[in-house]
Amino acid sequence: MIAIVKYNAGNITSVKNAIERLGYSCIVTDEKTLLQQAEKVIFPGVGEASSAMQYLKEKGLDEVIKNLTQPVLGICLGQQLLCQFSEEGNTVCLGIFEATVKKFEPKLKVPHMGWNNIFGLDSVLYKGISKEGNFYFVHSYYAEIGKETSAICKYILPFSASMQKDNFYATQFHPEKSSSVGEQLLLNFLKL
Amino acid sequence: MLKKRIIPCLDIKDGRVVKGVQFLSLKDAGNPVELASFYSKNGADELVFLDISATLEKRKTLAEMVTQLAKEINIPFTVGGGIQSVEDAKLLLQSGADKVSINSAAVLNPSLITQISNEFGSQSLVVAIDIKKIGNDWFVFIKGGTESTGIPAVDWGKKVEALGAGELLVTSMNNDGSKNGFALEITNAISEAVSIPVIASGGAGNAEDFIDLFTKTEVSAGLAASIFHFNEVPIATLKNILKTQNIPIR
Repeated sequence: MIAIVKYNAGNITSVKNAIERLGYSCIVTDEKTLLQQAEKVIFPGVGEASSAMQYLKEKGLDEVIKNLTQPVLGICLGQQLLCQFSEEGNTVCLGIFEATVKKFEPKLKVPHMGWNNIFGLDSVLYKGISKEGNFYFVHSYYAEIGKETSAICKYILPFSASMQKDNFYATQFHPEKSSSVGEQLLLNFLKL
Repeated sequence: MLKKRIIPCLDIKDGRVVKGVQFLSLKDAGNPVELASFYSKNGADELVFLDISATLEKRKTLAEMVTQLAKEINIPFTVGGGIQSVEDAKLLLQSGADKVSINSAAVLNPSLITQISNEFGSQSLVVAIDIKKIGNDWFVFIKGGTESTGIPAVDWGKKVEALGAGELLVTSMNNDGSKNGFALEITNAISEAVSIPVIASGGAGNAEDFIDLFTKTEVSAGLAASIFHFNEVPIATLKNILKTQNIPIR
């Protein structure tokens, strides 16, 4: 069973729809045991970091997510919350990745919204995906580049398009909204 | 590099696509899900659905359509038309829309911009601005372009950004339907005045109009309806032409 973490962040429906389009069934849940028992966990999210972290703590989900041992995929805010710290609301996050999450300086349009290509693809999640592939991004905060960075995107400055450490995978972009390229990435995760 | 976006716009009435979309290859050209799939497979970067019925009793039909679209479509889409409250926005976003767009309601009740933005994030809110040139100046119009507000276009763009809009959809009424190209100067002036992305709308007649839009202005996206619906300029062809001009295109 694939479990999607239910919390106070948007776009969970889109992720569920994408998983089901690929022929997998999934549940959306905030029950600790269901998350712990799932084969894979997806941690999506569009929203604000501090209120999301507060909600996860109130539900005791912060400790649950940190200690998951099956493959976990964080998406967008999900990737940012897996980092150490976010400037958004000065939020201490889950600390799986060492990187800090910072706000874009508005040297170009912010949010970074639309399709962008990525570099240095270094993850099993990119199997079968062309280096010219574009992914859909919508965000005003970014994770710095660090040792867990598994692909880089350049907008205003280079940042972590995706990250990976042990069983934790994460993308800043939205694979569920990134057409066939995004579906390939999700499929690669589901097949891990 | 961030790509310039090409966005087809579909008018919806009672859950059906209207304005005579003509694709011989489609079994049911009025079916929004089928048409949306067609566009996304042919390279559309995003889709916009504007519900022109949007009466209270039709809103449920719209939400059901959004639910179906969200199940089938793997690119982002915006839904607008008749949204007057946070509850209206919530229903569409929870049904699976990535963004909602508001137009007249934003002028009549500017606090709605802030309410939706605070509740769902600015990325979920597109403010649509209909503008018309009177003398040498551009002003905001509402209610389908029938009512002048007297608000200068650039001022309104800055105001809605400050109130929490995540993106602007600027339609020039002077250009809309003309097929003589986008309103380049004013759309660029609005884009330069704000730090959020701007979508240009109204006037697209051929590929040249999109080349002008993306080489002479800094706007993020171009929206069009009839040239795509009547297959005058297939999206895939348009994107290939833009690529040959070194415009960043997916």
